[in-house]
Amino acid sequence: MGDLASVDRLGPELILLAFAGIILLTDLVVQRRWLVVGSSLLAVAGSLLWAGTLVARDMRGSAFNGVLVVDDFSLFFNFLFAGIAGVVILASIDYSERFSRYQAEYYALILTSAAGMMLLAASVDLIAIFIALELTSISLYVLVALLKDVRSSEAGLKYLLLGALSTAVTLYGMALLFGLSGSTSLADIGNVVAAANDDTRAALVMAMVFLAAGLGFKMAAVPFQMWVPDVYEGAPTPITAYLSVGSKAAGFAVVMRIFFEALGDRFISGDWSIMFAAIAAISMSVGNLVAISQTNIKRMLGYSSIAQAGYLLVGIAAISAAGGELSLGASGVIFFLAAYAFTNLGAFIAVIAISNRINSDEIGDYGGMARRAPLLALGLTLCLLSLTGIPPTAGFIAKVYIFNAAVQSDLVWLVIVGVLNSVVAAYYYLRVVLQMYLEAPASEERVPAGPSLGLAMAIASGGILFIGILPFPLLEVSETAARVFGS
Amino acid sequence: MLSFIVFFPLLGIAIIALLPRERERDSKWVAAGTAFVVLVATLALFAAFDRDQTGFQFVQCHTWISGDIADFDVQYLLGVDGLSLAMVVLTALLGLVAVLISWNIELRPKEYFAWLLLLEMSLLGVFTALDFLLFFIFWEIELIPMYFLISIWGTGRKVYSAWKYVFFTFFGSAFMLVGLLVLGFAADTFDIRKLSGMEIRDTLVPVQVLFFFLIFGFAIKLPVFPFHTWLPDAHTDAPTAVSVMLAGVLLKMGGYGMLRICLSILPDVARDASVWLAVFGVVNILYGAMVTLVQTDLKRLIAYSSISHMGYVLLGLSALGQVGLTGAGMQMFTHGLITGLLFVMVGMVYDRAHTRQIGELSGLAHQMPMIAVVMVIAGLASLGLPSMAGFVSEMMVFLGTFEKHGALTILGVIGILLTAGYILWMIQRVFLGERMPRWDGLGDATTWWERTAMVAMVAVIFLIGIYPAVVADVIETGVEPIVGRLA
Repeated sequence: MGDLASVDRLGPELILLAFAGIILLTDLVVQRRWLVVGSSLLAVAGSLLWAGTLVARDMRGSAFNGVLVVDDFSLFFNFLFAGIAGVVILASIDYSERFSRYQAEYYALILTSAAGMMLLAASVDLIAIFIALELTSISLYVLVALLKDVRSSEAGLKYLLLGALSTAVTLYGMALLFGLSGSTSLADIGNVVAAANDDTRAALVMAMVFLAAGLGFKMAAVPFQMWVPDVYEGAPTPITAYLSVGSKAAGFAVVMRIFFEALGDRFISGDWSIMFAAIAAISMSVGNLVAISQTNIKRMLGYSSIAQAGYLLVGIAAISAAGGELSLGASGVIFFLAAYAFTNLGAFIAVIAISNRINSDEIGDYGGMARRAPLLALGLTLCLLSLTGIPPTAGFIAKVYIFNAAVQSDLVWLVIVGVLNSVVAAYYYLRVVLQMYLEAPASEERVPAGPSLGLAMAIASGGILFIGILPFPLLEVSETAARVFGS
Repeated sequence: MLSFIVFFPLLGIAIIALLPRERERDSKWVAAGTAFVVLVATLALFAAFDRDQTGFQFVQCHTWISGDIADFDVQYLLGVDGLSLAMVVLTALLGLVAVLISWNIELRPKEYFAWLLLLEMSLLGVFTALDFLLFFIFWEIELIPMYFLISIWGTGRKVYSAWKYVFFTFFGSAFMLVGLLVLGFAADTFDIRKLSGMEIRDTLVPVQVLFFFLIFGFAIKLPVFPFHTWLPDAHTDAPTAVSVMLAGVLLKMGGYGMLRICLSILPDVARDASVWLAVFGVVNILYGAMVTLVQTDLKRLIAYSSISHMGYVLLGLSALGQVGLTGAGMQMFTHGLITGLLFVMVGMVYDRAHTRQIGELSGLAHQMPMIAVVMVIAGLASLGLPSMAGFVSEMMVFLGTFEKHGALTILGVIGILLTAGYILWMIQRVFLGERMPRWDGLGDATTWWERTAMVAMVAVIFLIGIYPAVVADVIETGVEPIVGRLA
């Protein structure tokens, strides 16, 4: 079964898993923070390198009897998830002192969940998707509760219960697909769907709805967003950042795989396009409107991430109505995910650095941050502008890209909903900026960021500006990755 | 050359950012130097401009986002025709004036001058960008410096006014983005040169709706009644230099956009909408003038008079002919100078007397003769006295419009009477009248930077009044192709 080429193709994931094991075992003997952090960073670097050699050696192809696949799409997500994990690890170094007894477990679980996300993007078989989903989720359940205080435990429990429910729903949708097609392979299901007739239509629609509901939990789209504010607030902040970009991106990756590959036929695609357009409109509106009234910055970013999921879903809904390439919005979604990763990680890094010092996540306590921490405030401002979608940031290009795809698939109404939502969003994003630059500081004490947080912030800000001003390298990569669904 | 002009302010910002905190006062010298270099370069451009040639000159074109990669094709495309050249000169001139009259800024001068330069850069970009998306990017960037400048350095209800400004503009530009994408999809290009040479058909929304999407943002910016309510607040609460830029240049973005985008890309719809433009223009003129009559605050008075004067622009546009459009362009240019000068003078009065209430001031000509004289000159220019700039443009507007909308034009002329009313009344109450001992301690405009700003602007106002061709010829070459499209 496991021939050598398959193992090779799975290298990026295996490295992470191997290092996770090593970290846990080493921790039984020697407990040194630098050792744990160093080896987890090494794991990420190794994973990135291996993925790089896969590209260089052109090792695209399927692995393990077609259960997993290495293509441009999965390679893109290899880089994205490894990068996200790397930045989250950097951002955790100062923060993880709060749970010094579980350092090894913390970093090991970050690595395993990253491996799970990578596997999700590479899976083209329902069973593999499910296993990868569980690997990701179970690691994250533990990470959320790791602070072990009241809020963190509550968040962990909530995440676990709702997550289990959503997994069950997802599984139900998968079972329906399997029942209809007799196969777990996405390609086979796709062939069956292409030959489907009106007799099986109801069952297909049901499968589609269940899958969207189950995976909507991962994407944090309305109405499957209930867990978001509480979990975001209670979880360790680096894990909140990780959830908001990593877990969400994984959700979108698997949605694209399933819906474009298995349910991509025009027989059914119009139905789920409408469904996702509706979810998108509701997510944007609910997320933005509720975010306005938030006073806690982590909760605000939580609702903002719901709204951002809405923008992303616009890209999923943007399929061509009239023949030709099906997935007009896929490359936009991929681009948006990368831009959003830089942006939201940057925002959370600033939150970590600031709340580490002032011990508060209240927006009201950010007054005068521009004086107390000029560079952090500038970085956070850049991230918030990017979330609003104001040029010259990555967020602007990403929004234009996705909205452009939506216009092309004749969803002008959805684009109008989207741009009006940007106006609403400007209110609560810019309010934080105003707080930092206009209000008097609570104290004159400086708020320094350590070297690791500073480096992470520099990576995020640099990425935002680079993508915003010179978007074509990432555009090219996203288009290449999206071409997987092109045929 | 154009890239140099547009992006030179960024160099100034970089130098200001690198200034150590002890030397933060020197940032005004850096800003003044930067603005001066931009002005000199702009004047060189003005001299080198070929007045016998219509169309765009000094064009710079590079592919920014290639259509081969993404679904949309964006160019880094700069160029000027007569119309934009006039606006660029105006921006550069007022940009320098704005720095000079900010000489006394003590509060956070580094940030202040950096934002001012960024504002200048975005305005120059708006007037030179020939790619619609690039235009939009500069259009949006302009919001950020304005937001900070009003909310930090303003007076009164500055935060409220800054929000209002941002929301009105952002709301308008949201629709502009939709229009832009629909237009780009229909025409398969964002190149304004190509767009204004083709017939736009088969859009996803009816062309009338598209026209509305596009003109809405410009109408808010101009501003057109009933979307003008942001203007009095923003003007009144902004620092003097920002009022100058706002009245002098930012409002013109609206008129410029209507000419460049709405009229020249969708001439057929513009022809149908002509009478509505005229109606709104006349409403603006009369409503603005009548509200101005009852103002008691000097800055609010000039703010409302701007609404009235922008009505002339709209009226000139509605003529859709050579004379009317040139008149509208001239009105934008001269209003920028005159109202800019009025705001400078009001700022000087406020700096000394610390009040802008007309009721409290009287006989200031005794204490500050020079300010009074220049104020009278600016006032007379504003009410359209022959030999000064305002006369030429208003004359052209009325001449151009009379044939097409006779009755409406006659209504519009009433605005001139009202203007004479409020200007003369204001001058009489503030500068003439009884000498008040309360103001005896106040000095005249004595410093070099105040005098330079005043003299330069007065000189240009007379120059254009006496020899209008110096600018009118240039603007005429700019509107000629647009008129050709509309004929």
